[in-house]
Amino acid sequence: MKHTLPLLLLVLFTALVSGCSTPSFASGPPLIIDPGIDPDQWADIPAGEFLQGQFEHEVMLDHDYQMMVTPVTNQQFVFYLNQALADGTLKLADNRLMGYYPGDEFHGYRHEVEITAGDWLQVDLEAEGLRYTFDGSVFTVLPGYEKHPVVSVTWFGALGYCQYYGWRLPSELEWEKAARGTDARPYPWGDEIGFEYANFYSSRDPFEAFLGKSGDTTPVGFYNGGNYDGFETVNAASPYGLYDMAGNVEEWTGNVYEKQHYRYMRGGSKANYGYELRVWVSNNAEPDYFGPSIGFRCARDVQP
Amino acid sequence: MQSLKPRFTYLFCSTKGLILVALAMIALTSALFGTLSGPMAEWGVRDLIVKALNMELIPAEREGRIIILYHVIANAVIAIEVYIINDLLKIKRTLAAAINAVITVGYLSAMTFGLAFAYFGHNFIFHGVFIFGESLLFFGGMLFAIALWPWTKDTNLTGKQYARTKKGLDLERAAFFTLAVTTLGSVLFGAVPGSLFGNGFETFLAEDVIRMPGKNSLMLAVIGHLHIMLTEIAIACALIVGRWIDFRGILHKIAMPLMIVGTIVITAGVWMVVPYQFIAHTIIYGGSTLILLAGLLLLIFNWDQLIKTRIAELGLEKPGFFRKFKALFHDPLKFGATWQMLFMNFTTSFIGIFFAVKLDEIIRKWPAREEQIELTGHWHILATIIATILLFYIADQFGLHGRARQWFGWSIILFSDLAFGATVVFFMKRLFISEYTQQPLVDTVMALIEIGLGTVLVVLAGFMVWRLIDLFKARGRWASELAESKTE
Repeated sequence: MKHTLPLLLLVLFTALVSGCSTPSFASGPPLIIDPGIDPDQWADIPAGEFLQGQFEHEVMLDHDYQMMVTPVTNQQFVFYLNQALADGTLKLADNRLMGYYPGDEFHGYRHEVEITAGDWLQVDLEAEGLRYTFDGSVFTVLPGYEKHPVVSVTWFGALGYCQYYGWRLPSELEWEKAARGTDARPYPWGDEIGFEYANFYSSRDPFEAFLGKSGDTTPVGFYNGGNYDGFETVNAASPYGLYDMAGNVEEWTGNVYEKQHYRYMRGGSKANYGYELRVWVSNNAEPDYFGPSIGFRCARDVQP
Repeated sequence: MQSLKPRFTYLFCSTKGLILVALAMIALTSALFGTLSGPMAEWGVRDLIVKALNMELIPAEREGRIIILYHVIANAVIAIEVYIINDLLKIKRTLAAAINAVITVGYLSAMTFGLAFAYFGHNFIFHGVFIFGESLLFFGGMLFAIALWPWTKDTNLTGKQYARTKKGLDLERAAFFTLAVTTLGSVLFGAVPGSLFGNGFETFLAEDVIRMPGKNSLMLAVIGHLHIMLTEIAIACALIVGRWIDFRGILHKIAMPLMIVGTIVITAGVWMVVPYQFIAHTIIYGGSTLILLAGLLLLIFNWDQLIKTRIAELGLEKPGFFRKFKALFHDPLKFGATWQMLFMNFTTSFIGIFFAVKLDEIIRKWPAREEQIELTGHWHILATIIATILLFYIADQFGLHGRARQWFGWSIILFSDLAFGATVVFFMKRLFISEYTQQPLVDTVMALIEIGLGTVLVVLAGFMVWRLIDLFKARGRWASELAESKTE
């Protein structure tokens, strides 16, 4: 017993010190892969009933709509930033990109925070994990990250992007139907989850070597049945042909609910366990929250 | 058959045998179903187990499976506590035997058939037997409450050094009785939503709805149920430790009324979450304070006794501070029982208060998933701390002494606390590290958690193997323990 305690303390100290070391970040991804899925494509989702949620409630969506086939990429988002900053839609202050939001109705409910009309944070340019740079006038994507999903965008930023082009964020119901189709599948591709279907925590994709188990983003549409240097994927598109509806990045949805200021995300991310990628699972955060696993895609109505 | 009968009698008719069976069931369940999540799943062990045992893990039923798993483990822990209390207190032997029998059939039925239903396809006869087992446990609980009726002169605490009312009511027994009655009510509190399953109630994990405004009554009842049940198990654990160390004197006289009132207040507070949520938490805090205070008095008594006993054993007349300090650590089992209660404050109580105070300012600024991780870590630690305290008691009762006692006790204290500490770092990491840079820290704390819990499980396995080997001996410890129980 005499030597056990000092030895244990030494092991603990060493472990904790090694745990506090910072990972090294390169300026580009370890691999440059283009899965060949066009991020400018839109998928058609018809009106009709679908099975919503874990308990499969029949829900009617009474309108046709379209959703982006992939999450918004760095390339798409940087194009928006350059345009919106130039035309004054976005304002730059203290390395923070701000945009106008008209505010929400406030109910004064317990824990509810008032979202007033005014300029709100869309992107914090000092956020860790941004895959683009800003030289004071122009945004540029880090080479190799063009087709990776954009991350660290607040809900205001995601909404701002979509509205800039006349689109909107999908509602939670629209998102879920697009991911699930009309049957009761728990994942966009079917009933089971495995490393070949999606980018999730410790899913051993080639990009995971870069940032550890919670990994890096994979290029949009990576899980399309392609083989990347021996890493075999399955075509994991949803029944309506949308990619990355489970894993890679969580996606902001558009609902603003009564009595709360939280905004909801769907799909799970590279930092979540497989079960968190089930189509009905949601996460939520304040609308000015941003993180390296949060992205979005847009929806739009179909003109009759 | 001749050799099986006495062993069967030992395992299912003596307190120690019953405890061993329940421990074995918990250990097997934890070992098997623990492979389905966490690092074991990451390493691919989950897939192997699922295939080898032909499990049916339907993704939409994950929450339901977990709820059944938690229930059956908790059932077995409650059974162990009931066996211990039946043994510790003066209860009619026939009634105690009946309670033990009902509880044992109850938890074994619930565990076997509940897990079969949850993990191996939905045979609804299995579900029926699971419910039958749960019902037996409730029925056993009612008998237990009757057996603990405190308004009797036939109790074991008769001396003046124990808490009693002027009319002679044994307040410690009254605390056990209060606990049994409030637990039964709290069971019903959870059973009502369960009975409405599919008819207005849908399965959920409490941490998943934490930010949902306007939770319905059934949801609030479920959330209240899981909190109060863990609390009642913890109170039972504290009372058991008190009797084990022969808690007495002025501290006992102060602690027991606190325990009784605290148990009633905290239970009432939790029940009030459904109709009067706005005031319920204040009442809960009031009840918690009383119980924590009683726990503190128990700790002071225990540590004082440990020092005095050891100093007396050494024959020291005027021991210095260092001698006294060293004496405190001589018996890791008795020291560990209350040390873990103290350590719990650093890993759960104080942190829980911090989170409650800073809820809107800090925690609600994080995504819901971070808050869920915090909540899940919080109650996993609580449940495991209770388990370690019960293990100290059990190891003592099974006659662990000498080096084995030292290694068993200190291994559990140090490695479980290592795991708890690392878990706290894990679930509070967002206070000091960003998601982008967290992975090396996460890998480290996860490794420490695995080392800590893994070692505790190995130590427990060692204990179980020791007792298993003993069962193969014709005149093993089991034989003398059986003889002792018959004498009693």
